[in-house]
Amino acid sequence: MTVTTDLLLEATGVSKIYGAVVALKSASLAVRPGEVHALVGANGAGKSTLVKILTGVVHPDAGRIVVRGKERTVHSPAEARRGGLISVYQEPSLIPDLDIRANLRLTETPREPFRHWLGELGLADLDLSSLARRLPLATLRIIDLARALAIEPDVLMLDEMTAALPANLTERVLEVLGSLRGGDRSVIFISHRLIEIAAVCDRATVLREGETVGVVDVTAGSEEKIVELMLGQNVEALSARTADQAVTGSRARATTPRVSARSLSSGTRLQDASFDLYPGEVLGVVALEGQGQDELFDILAGSERPRSGELLVDGKPANFHHPADAIRAGLVFVAADRAEALLMQRSIRENIALPFSTRLRRWGLIDLGEEREKVDGAVATLQIDARAGGEVRRLSGGNQQKVTIARWVAGGVRTMLCFDPTRGIDIRTKTQIYRLLRDMAEAGAAILLYTSELKEVQLVCDRAIVIFGGRVVGEISAAEGDEPTLLRAAYNLRSEAAVPEGVAAMLASTSAGADASTPTGPGRSEVRQ
Amino acid sequence: MTAASLAARRRALDAVAPWARRNAWTLGLVGFLCLLLVYTKLIQASYDSSGIQGLAIGVLPLALAAVAQAVVVMSGGIDLSIGSMMAFTSVVAATMMKGQSQEFGVAVVLLVLVLGIVLGAVNGALVVLTKVPDIVVTLAMSFVWAGCALLVRAAPGGAASEWLRNLVLGSFINEWIPKSAIVLVVIVAVIWVPVARSKMGLSLYAIGSNKLAAFRSGIPVGRTKLFAYALTGLYSALAGLSLTASTGIGTPVPGPYTLMSVAAVVLGGVSLAGGRGGLFGPIVAVVVLQMIRTDMTFLSIDSNYAYVAQGLILVGVVMVGSFALMRRSRA
Repeated sequence: MTVTTDLLLEATGVSKIYGAVVALKSASLAVRPGEVHALVGANGAGKSTLVKILTGVVHPDAGRIVVRGKERTVHSPAEARRGGLISVYQEPSLIPDLDIRANLRLTETPREPFRHWLGELGLADLDLSSLARRLPLATLRIIDLARALAIEPDVLMLDEMTAALPANLTERVLEVLGSLRGGDRSVIFISHRLIEIAAVCDRATVLREGETVGVVDVTAGSEEKIVELMLGQNVEALSARTADQAVTGSRARATTPRVSARSLSSGTRLQDASFDLYPGEVLGVVALEGQGQDELFDILAGSERPRSGELLVDGKPANFHHPADAIRAGLVFVAADRAEALLMQRSIRENIALPFSTRLRRWGLIDLGEEREKVDGAVATLQIDARAGGEVRRLSGGNQQKVTIARWVAGGVRTMLCFDPTRGIDIRTKTQIYRLLRDMAEAGAAILLYTSELKEVQLVCDRAIVIFGGRVVGEISAAEGDEPTLLRAAYNLRSEAAVPEGVAAMLASTSAGADASTPTGPGRSEVRQ
Repeated sequence: MTAASLAARRRALDAVAPWARRNAWTLGLVGFLCLLLVYTKLIQASYDSSGIQGLAIGVLPLALAAVAQAVVVMSGGIDLSIGSMMAFTSVVAATMMKGQSQEFGVAVVLLVLVLGIVLGAVNGALVVLTKVPDIVVTLAMSFVWAGCALLVRAAPGGAASEWLRNLVLGSFINEWIPKSAIVLVVIVAVIWVPVARSKMGLSLYAIGSNKLAAFRSGIPVGRTKLFAYALTGLYSALAGLSLTASTGIGTPVPGPYTLMSVAAVVLGGVSLAGGRGGLFGPIVAVVVLQMIRTDMTFLSIDSNYAYVAQGLILVGVVMVGSFALMRRSRA
């Protein structure tokens, strides 16, 4: 077979098997010079594995990779790098204990281009002498991206680049990617957000269960096609509940709140947050990165104690010294970062059994029969693929997240605090999680859901509160909470104007301002005392 | 490869692979031990039941030390004072038992076990309260416990109760079943098995595997750590008692047990990063290490070379093991 020279990168028949799990069956990918090429697929479809193979982190069992007409076997990331293939992973690859300058020296990144790209990405005034561990995740990811761009790779691979980014930075990233189109180099863009793909990508390769099932030219209306290919079946409506949600909402208000926060503050970020969470509702939390939502969830989950303010559970004051106290009061926490929640080398059974087995008052042996029953029940409820159940680290991201939820479902949920539970998860798993949250709310549980994906508010929540500058600045009902409204509210804008370009700079000045506490927002209803 | 054959292969793997994969290391170790036994019989035709008995008695203190170390390593810590705790408990036992009745000996044993728990709990409390790294605290405490041992008795001496000696010497029912092997199995079964099956066992593995996840799941991390160290202290006391029982005296100078226990734990497939491993692996590893020394003696190799060889084998085996692990996770 002759190699077609108009392709920058071509991979054919790539496969990879881990023990019992087939990560890639037969994947192919063809990238033209100058295009932004989307790689999409449900979690576990093999996107990450394919990228790892292209960058030499993982060795394929079969398949060939051709770069600029020459067949390549990539043995290591360093070799891939020299060959012009660079990947920016979901986890920032900066050494936490070195400052940014030292990190750049470490990877021999040219300083000037790095500065240039950093500016393009909206972080022009970043202090290069700050330690990596002191910077927020979003900033680290931007630095990672600028560092990769500075080397001018032939093929830049971005794995869920926008997943942890606030909306303003996402916009900048997409702009930069758009500006790369039509040149000599290419970008492989992995994302679950179809809107972003529609915005910057030329073509999309769709993977399903380790196989390439189609290549789609991205045009208006191609999103449906992509989703269809990803799911391999007709797209189910994500939500069939908009009609009855008003009923749920009013029913919720009839009882005492499950959780009431009164002027909670903590650290420098959370200033004065008050809200009520009622049984039977899913309450959304909308906020830009770093508005105090992390601290709020830490307080509610018992990991941190508030500096001031009061927390009421079922109308009675609660004082949590340890997560065990919160769990006993029925407040359970689902984190976005699965590495923080799971015992990676232990089994699914142990991970699910962990909280409820250790919560038992008695010291005797764990009743294995009862435990297995509960674990099996939770595995079934969440439809966890337990084939690789011996060690949780062998599961796909979506299945891992389901395990973190299952551990609470197994013990019965009264109040669940979900912090961006669907970050970096495929549509099918997301839909399952949405449905589960709804079902739990219908059954009387109270659910607090922080989400970085604004459209989730309308899909799952009854209403949403908006946090800005450490304060709850607004409340929006699900019916009114379309993405533009929520975004404007998250930026604490009063007018109907669209989010302005230089909003990042403006944010920096207003977040310290005093008038942030003034409740605003079009759909805000009264705060109940 | 057709889809059907692939599916069949996957099904077959599903049945056996998880178990074998989880226990591959220990299985390999047991296989290696069998080879060593065969080899021993080849180079020394006279090696028989008495050889096995000698092996079991020699192995007992180190095996218990390895168990002690394994418990704390699985919980994400490390204890460098095990050897000193053994010396301390051993001289206390030997000194108190000398010239006393058998019944008093029983009381002494119980007292020494309590002493072990207290020593371990002190280690654990210091680690938890001061937040100084485990390795620093236990290294410092190893000098303290060793000093205490010398205060009790400046030179080897004392005596062991007769029943205690009889507990580990000789064989039971069949000359091929040494008493000390039975003692080891009973000690591990009676103490560790219930712990592993209780919520404490799960918590112990949990804090070793991921402290933050354990904390957020409502597990009292500090208390669990304290418990792990106390359990290590208890097993160290048992190891100290076994020293007294097998030698008949108490020796105030710590033997090579601390570092050997770390070696056995590593060789036994317990992750030094915590959260992974069991007690069977380290015990088998101890027997393997002891067999290697025995074989060196049979081959009349200078005992100093034996140490060098032991170290090289340890490095080699662990290297091969982690290389295999790396290959598997990358492959």
